[in-house]
Amino acid sequence: MHESAFQIFVNALLANNFVLAMFLGLCPFLGVSGKLDTAFPMGVATTFVMLVASLCAYGLNLLLGYFHLEFLRLISYIVIIASSVQLVEMVLKKYSPTLFRALGIYLPLITTNCAVLGVALFQTAREYDFVQSVTFSVGGGAGFTLALVLMASVRERLTLSNVPDLAQGTALSLMLAGILSLSFMGFAGLGG
Amino acid sequence: MNPSAADTWDEFMEGVWRQNPTFVMILGMCPTLAVTVSVVNALSMGISTMLVLIASCGLVSMMRNITPKEVRIAVYIVIIATFVTVVDYAIQAISLALYDALGAFIQLIVVNCIILGRAEAHAAKNPPLPAMINAAGMGIGFTIGLLALGVVREILGAGTLFGVALFGAGFQPWVIMVLPPGGFFVLGAWLLFFSWLERRKLRRQQAKLVEATQNA
Repeated sequence: MHESAFQIFVNALLANNFVLAMFLGLCPFLGVSGKLDTAFPMGVATTFVMLVASLCAYGLNLLLGYFHLEFLRLISYIVIIASSVQLVEMVLKKYSPTLFRALGIYLPLITTNCAVLGVALFQTAREYDFVQSVTFSVGGGAGFTLALVLMASVRERLTLSNVPDLAQGTALSLMLAGILSLSFMGFAGLGG
Repeated sequence: MNPSAADTWDEFMEGVWRQNPTFVMILGMCPTLAVTVSVVNALSMGISTMLVLIASCGLVSMMRNITPKEVRIAVYIVIIATFVTVVDYAIQAISLALYDALGAFIQLIVVNCIILGRAEAHAAKNPPLPAMINAAGMGIGFTIGLLALGVVREILGAGTLFGVALFGAGFQPWVIMVLPPGGFFVLGAWLLFFSWLERRKLRRQQAKLVEATQNA
């Protein structure tokens, strides 16, 4: 079955949202979603890393296939991701030191963001071609950003309201995520 | 129990209970929520993660004196990725059905924060044996966390346990529990339960303290 680029984009963005339907990238989702100011840049940085990682993974996969070294796939993917995170870190440090400081420890942690490795692994497993891989990674990144921004906006409002002591913190965030995830289920089937 | 055995036990129990990766440290959330739709999946995910954790902590600890500080994270990641590849191929050989059920999440063990966290925080500073014992404790703690979610989600969402039907034919499965939102809800509920337990313990201690001072 050949999926069109548009279908892949919509699927990755909404119907199979990386965070809320496929459970990828939950650590930053729960960690950075406290404030809207950091949530959005974090989403954009992750999207960029995803795009770079997806491009490299596509090329690398061809190379590994050519030399019949498929068992090295996982190791080489993770090395590529680590290097592209390093790249983003250097670019940010040079052009926007404020943002660099605001993201802090979460920036290097993009390396261990399952969403990034997930993009590389899924595009390999589904045998996407070049255009499909690119749209998949951009859609996934946009979906990640969307979930992060939604969550941050809700949590910002929530700091003003009166919540039972017991539910403060992660338990509350998880319940919120569950409700968001429920509403995203309404998009099922949208991408055909 | 002699002191060293007590230490070992302590090292082991740290991961199982006090620093439980799922409920206390909230680490490794992605596999926790994604694969716990059934008990079998949860158990096999827990065991695979534990194997990778023990093996990579052992190797990291053995290499701790020859690993340059600057590139240590890269070294850890490559070590972990190697063991994950081994486990990945092993599961594929043992049970293809299981491999299909867990999907990409076996390979995603690489980016499970628990493993990298343990390698950095514990294995890099301790000799191999304690490091591996600590890793085993963490692995068991993680498996317990996965099982806690898997059991609830399978019973409520499918009405079965280990694939065996628990209720009569009239049971209407609570399908939302095996869908993504259910994962968030069940984990949230467990966290609420644990913080309630903690709160109750604290309150009782305080009550006892007040009573003691009044008696005095």
